[in-house]
Amino acid sequence: MEFYGTEVSSRLMLGTAQYPSPAILDDAFRRSGAGIATVSVRREAGGAQAGAAFWDLIKELGVKVLPNTAGCHSVREAVTTAHMARELFDTPWIKLEVIGHTDTLQPDPFALVEAAKILTEDGFQVFPYTTEDLILADRLLNAGCEVLMPWGAPIGSGLGLTNIYGLRTLRAQFPDIPMVVDAGLGLPSQAAVALEMGYDAVLLNTAVAKAGDPAAMAEGFALAIKAGRLAYEADPMEPRDMAAPSTPLIGKAFLS
Amino acid sequence: MKIIVNGTAHEVQSSTLAALLAELGYGDAKVATALNEGFVSTGARASTPITDGDRIEIVSPRQGG
Repeated sequence: MEFYGTEVSSRLMLGTAQYPSPAILDDAFRRSGAGIATVSVRREAGGAQAGAAFWDLIKELGVKVLPNTAGCHSVREAVTTAHMARELFDTPWIKLEVIGHTDTLQPDPFALVEAAKILTEDGFQVFPYTTEDLILADRLLNAGCEVLMPWGAPIGSGLGLTNIYGLRTLRAQFPDIPMVVDAGLGLPSQAAVALEMGYDAVLLNTAVAKAGDPAAMAEGFALAIKAGRLAYEADPMEPRDMAAPSTPLIGKAFLS
Repeated sequence: MKIIVNGTAHEVQSSTLAALLAELGYGDAKVATALNEGFVSTGARASTPITDGDRIEIVSPRQGG
């Protein structure tokens, strides 16, 4: 699997926020096998070294980093945050979030497209946090995005894939575009479904970090993702409404 | 001169962004900067003047989802 020409070994992208401790974060990452960690930029006080300490921890994980523009509500804010992230993390990758609604954290589609265009023209490789909307997806691709990251459900909700139809349609509409279900997952089974549907990867944070045992949950997701991908590659059977006996009828005793 | 740094008012002497970082004790900290909502790269800080009322953001790597 490739994102912008970069080979990525794991189909699990894992967030780095909300863990009970740095040690548990480290353990969760190792058991998850995640190849990409999402990170952010936040205010640093003079004389503090909070950023450096966190950065040292992430470097130890040996994963690629995907900085985000989490919490940004305008194009200007998102673009400036992306530039600060690119300088800090030394990567052209940016998970572009432009939030349009406070309660659902639904992206602002109009601002998202505008910011994606500006950043792409400035050399960024944009991973847009988007919805399953087909027209928005098309606009993002036209803006230069080569990856799409539709939500499964609102960030941090754990509701899973709330619009299966929409996600299936999006996957079918753009079969050659790498797609990641980003946000809203709560359980490994939901990740498995995303992979079974042909999504290339999932991105999650809260489901692992807020589990009672984050490291165990991280491994649970890793196994589910492996299972889901295997099932997709195995070309699943078509469902049907009526029963079809699996045991042969021929040779059954007492057949008249 | 009064400016706003990370949302808090500061009385400072520095006339450039680079000097301001030193004055506020950032030293060689791994930070990125913005002035009045626009990005200022590390290389441009020494030639970026600070004026009264400016709004400055100084950020570093953090946890994210």
